[in-house]
Amino acid sequence: MSDEYNLRGKVAVVGVGETTYYKHGQSGDPEFVLVLKAILAACEDAGISPKEIDGFCSYSNDRNDPPRLANALGIPELRYSNMQWTSGGGGAAAAVQNAAGAIVAGSADVVVAYRGLAQGQFGRFGRSGGSRPVSGPAAYTLPYGMMSAAQMYAMRTTRFMHEHGVGRSSMRAIAMACYHHAQNNPRAVMHGRTLDEETYDSSRWITEPYRLFDCCLENDGAAAIIVTRTDRAKDLAKTPALVLAAQQSGGHRSGATAENATDYVTSSFKPAVKYLYQQAGITADDIDVVQSYENFTGGVVMSLIEHGLCTYENADEVLTFDNLRADGGALPLNTSGGNLAECYMHGLGLQVEAVRQVRGESSNQVPDAKVALANAGPMVAVASTAIYGTEETLG
Amino acid sequence: MSRSTTEPHLPGLRQPAASNDGLDAPFWEGAQAHELRVQQCLDCGVHQWGPEWMCHQCNSMEIDWVTVDPVGQIYSWQRPHHPVHRALSDRGPYIIVLVELPHASNIRMVGNLLGDPMQNVEIGTPVSVVFEDREGDPDFTLVQWEVSPVN
Repeated sequence: MSDEYNLRGKVAVVGVGETTYYKHGQSGDPEFVLVLKAILAACEDAGISPKEIDGFCSYSNDRNDPPRLANALGIPELRYSNMQWTSGGGGAAAAVQNAAGAIVAGSADVVVAYRGLAQGQFGRFGRSGGSRPVSGPAAYTLPYGMMSAAQMYAMRTTRFMHEHGVGRSSMRAIAMACYHHAQNNPRAVMHGRTLDEETYDSSRWITEPYRLFDCCLENDGAAAIIVTRTDRAKDLAKTPALVLAAQQSGGHRSGATAENATDYVTSSFKPAVKYLYQQAGITADDIDVVQSYENFTGGVVMSLIEHGLCTYENADEVLTFDNLRADGGALPLNTSGGNLAECYMHGLGLQVEAVRQVRGESSNQVPDAKVALANAGPMVAVASTAIYGTEETLG
Repeated sequence: MSRSTTEPHLPGLRQPAASNDGLDAPFWEGAQAHELRVQQCLDCGVHQWGPEWMCHQCNSMEIDWVTVDPVGQIYSWQRPHHPVHRALSDRGPYIIVLVELPHASNIRMVGNLLGDPMQNVEIGTPVSVVFEDREGDPDFTLVQWEVSPVN
């Protein structure tokens, strides 16, 4: 990958922010207000005026559109707006990627990647209702009782466990690591709620093979990430987290309907990973800390394998609770509590946490962390993944 | 190879309707006629499900609907326990299977596995279609599956 056509290190995250994270339906603010508050928090973190924002990137058909945001914020020039198409939260890293791309291309100078959710205002993902006829791809699944996200991503995990003979103990360890990290994170919705092996093992089935604690939360809130040129970042308030690489990832017919993706047993990261490490100029061995999107724990197991952080053969040996802890583990995972225990902000919180690790500001700081990976979406049609690093990682 | 039933397996869920562009109408009409119809490319012969306006293999737009043997093998499965729709509130667990059709370019179809909802499910098990005829507005037929009888 030539330097000219590589964003590596040219762009940095200079500000991150979020609202209070609420249980679903508990926000007193409308969704649009949550997004505004998150953007203001990220600007304050960066030491930058909201009026300097000239670009907006989001994903998952976020309802809070850039023209309305720019209007509310009083932004003088709206130069760039962008929506990434995917399923679920698979675009969280892609929103940062698109922001970085806009800056490298000279399309904008200060871009915010954002996501907001207020489920009391707009409804939940994990409930389905209605009685109207359903048509199109949903008609091939919904009349058979397959309509929630857990149901849409359960059978990939069943097949994965069947083909590779691993996963069940890894899934439990991932859930426990997320809850463990949430105990040190006052932002976490599950702060003060611990999870042990017995509680996991005795928790109810949502849909086999997923138990309650294999499934992400649903929450209200918003998060925002401010991105600008690395040379500009040096003058701002916080240590910049350089974007070393960011890629989107969809394989052959990954969007095929009725579960017909050619490669079914995948987290969807296989196409991206070779570009990701090449772009960053590092290998999987250089990753100090990982934020891996948990819609469901089974997808995390596949994601970590496909990112080269463990193998199909040794996954259950590597993915243990002791190994996944920030305090002493070899592969610290989801150090904010992640989507399982901090907040399900459609995965943008995992990007925020990767930035905090690189800055040395995490509530579960991995000592001397220089390179952090944060991915989004596993098992969806288009996933995305990014690597952040300190300035010294540019070499 | 198939049979039919008028006993609703998961009553109260939204009923299927053909898409308003007509793309999948032959599938739903086939189900009502107790035939399993899927797309097949007239140029390269590959089968396709879900339906699309173009053959994904050779990009031909000459695609026909063909009736295939209503059998397959369990490729994957899940057993939902948590009711996500109010019609499922008192239903208890049920089984969703992903069925692979080796005789039709290995396409996969989603349906319910009929029978004991707590039965042991094994990937690779041969299954056959049960056409579930339902009253509705209009009437419709779902493509369900059951473990094939041992020959």
